[in-house]
Amino acid sequence: MSTTAQHAESHAHGHGLGETVTHNAAKFGMWLFLGTEILLFGGLFAAYALFRAKYPDLFYESHKKLDISLGTINTIVLIFSSFTMAMAVSAAQKRNRKWLMILLGVTFICAAAFGVNKYFEYSAKFHHDIFPDTNIFFALYFMMTGLHMLHVFLGMGIILALIIMAKQGRFKEGNRYTPVEVGGLYWHLVDLIWIYLFPLLYLIG
Amino acid sequence: MANGVMTQTQYIPYLAQKGLKSWILTTDHKRIGILYLVTISFFFMIGGLTALGMRYELMTPELDFFRSTTEYNVAFTLHGSLMVFFFIVPGIAASFGNFLLPLMIGARDVAFPRINLLSFWIYLAGTAILLFALMQPADTGWTFYTPYSIQTGAKVIMITLGVFVLGFSSILTGMNFIVTIHKLRAPGMTWSRLPLFIWASYATAILQLLATPVVGITLLLLIAERAFDIGFFDPAKGGDPILFQNFFWFYSHPAVYIMIIPAFGIISEIIPVFARKPIFGYKAIAYSSFAIAIISFFVWMHHMFVSGISETAAAIFSFLTMLVAIPTAIKVFNWIATLYKGSIEFHSSMLYALSFIVLFTIGGLTGVYLGALAIDVHLHDTYFIVAHMHYVMIGGTVMGFFGGLHFWYQKWFGKVFNELTAKAAWFLVFVGFNVTFFPQFFMGFQGMPRRYATYPAEYISYHAISTYGSWILGLGILIMTVNLLLPLMKKSNYPKSSNPYGSLSLEWQVPSPPPHENFDKIPTVTDWTYSYGKNRSEANAKK
Repeated sequence: MSTTAQHAESHAHGHGLGETVTHNAAKFGMWLFLGTEILLFGGLFAAYALFRAKYPDLFYESHKKLDISLGTINTIVLIFSSFTMAMAVSAAQKRNRKWLMILLGVTFICAAAFGVNKYFEYSAKFHHDIFPDTNIFFALYFMMTGLHMLHVFLGMGIILALIIMAKQGRFKEGNRYTPVEVGGLYWHLVDLIWIYLFPLLYLIG
Repeated sequence: MANGVMTQTQYIPYLAQKGLKSWILTTDHKRIGILYLVTISFFFMIGGLTALGMRYELMTPELDFFRSTTEYNVAFTLHGSLMVFFFIVPGIAASFGNFLLPLMIGARDVAFPRINLLSFWIYLAGTAILLFALMQPADTGWTFYTPYSIQTGAKVIMITLGVFVLGFSSILTGMNFIVTIHKLRAPGMTWSRLPLFIWASYATAILQLLATPVVGITLLLLIAERAFDIGFFDPAKGGDPILFQNFFWFYSHPAVYIMIIPAFGIISEIIPVFARKPIFGYKAIAYSSFAIAIISFFVWMHHMFVSGISETAAAIFSFLTMLVAIPTAIKVFNWIATLYKGSIEFHSSMLYALSFIVLFTIGGLTGVYLGALAIDVHLHDTYFIVAHMHYVMIGGTVMGFFGGLHFWYQKWFGKVFNELTAKAAWFLVFVGFNVTFFPQFFMGFQGMPRRYATYPAEYISYHAISTYGSWILGLGILIMTVNLLLPLMKKSNYPKSSNPYGSLSLEWQVPSPPPHENFDKIPTVTDWTYSYGKNRSEANAKK
């Protein structure tokens, strides 16, 4: 027979999984999920490549109507939030609850600032009669930044949940900071996608 | 273990707990597997009934059963959508995958049991949205090709939203399975000892993760196209209708392997047990699933040979399409080599497995045939395609599904069905299937186009035979269903042994039905799953 009932592993006897297994599994799962997120945006990037190759002039002319300074500010805000998020993970690992909450709070504020900025940007576009059906470039602009904005909102929800969990003292002992690390991974992806969106949409030259 | 019985300190079968709450809030992978099994079987039945209705309509050239051709269009949209999105894509992967995966690798559950339940609920939400949308007749077909899907009055936004939500469920399940296989294998369950069903589930999960997001964005774009008029697929606005087809098939071609690869896994489990031989070419079978998965991403344009793509692109995709035949044939040859000089027992599940080999080979070879450019131009959108696709999907996936149902039935439910009735049902299914679909190769070749409710009188004999066949097939499935349902309602029909077929795989080393936690103690695996030759006398003695 192929098996023996002997069990060597310590975690085999308990009914839960070991903390290390859970931690690694959660991280691995999140990485896989992030892969699917990139593919989701990948469809839009493919459409972007196709249409930009087809209509280079339209893209160049239309992109001038975007507000580069607002875009730049948002880029800086988001990169900074990624930095505070990374620091938050580090604080969680060091069991520094106070700094964890401060850093998560700053990250949340940055995300909110990004959203407010985007709101002004969108309203300015609508004010100038620019809508998703104006032309292919703006269709792409609204689809890409809109889908990204959805991810920012989702990320804000996650960060808020982490802050509440931290307040409840959930990241005290053992390997329990897993949610912070996994949530952090997600937030870095939101940042990363914007880093691609910014030059593709705002800096066509 | 030498004595083949895993001693349980306190054996409580996973089915023991009763009540609605114990089901809808369960995080037990086995129960979630049953939830999927029941749901997909239900939709399979509905989808099958719409197919019987279409076949009944097609018995005569005129419109007689349906009141209008639109009604016929609605029927085939319903048939296609139900069968593809509700039954065959989640099908084996979610039902058998959930039930077997932790048992086979020696784990207590999947890596994320709660996400697993969430994934089932998302699946249900998706089906609810989709069903609600389909209550208002839709006539786009299951492919939602633009520009028609933008112009039609049907609730395309709702339908695509439903499919989008279903995709989420698929992604979460795939993610869960990959992590489980990586992180939760029992000690000694090395990659080279993994059951082939696990290898197949792994390849499927990768496809789910890589392909589903792309159809997700495609459907979002279609929604945006209808809601905001973004013009991506509208040539009048500078868009490209072919882009939709590219996006759609970039997912939907790999998706056909999401449908079939789990069935490959089931066949690889059944054949060595009933041939009483180690599986031939274990690694070749395992790796070929991945070869198929990889190649499947580079063949999508073969659905679009007549859409006006360049001849160069068409020639390249034609060549790449034929490449898929290589890893697929590797599997078929290895299964046949496993049978060679085996001591074959014709259990009902083995009969389904053997019919799988025959029917899938016909389906696969006609696929290569269709991959040839010139021939495809002639056969595009004819009944030849319908026959090819059903030989792969029914002759392949559904045969694997039925085979798996008969093989693991005792393990799922702790009951036995009537074997003689099962064999009779198999006979009707096998004959009925061939009578239904074989004539369609001929009429397709002679030019009968697909998706029409009426047709020229010259095709009547083929259509009539096909309809008679659908009745035989329907009767076979009905008998099979009754045969599998009856034991569940009786207080008898308990199995004599927890491992009646002398399988060496881990799931057969626990009682039937398995206890809630699967294993009393996590087993340590010391040997390959398929060492049937070595332990032949021992395994035979146990029967």
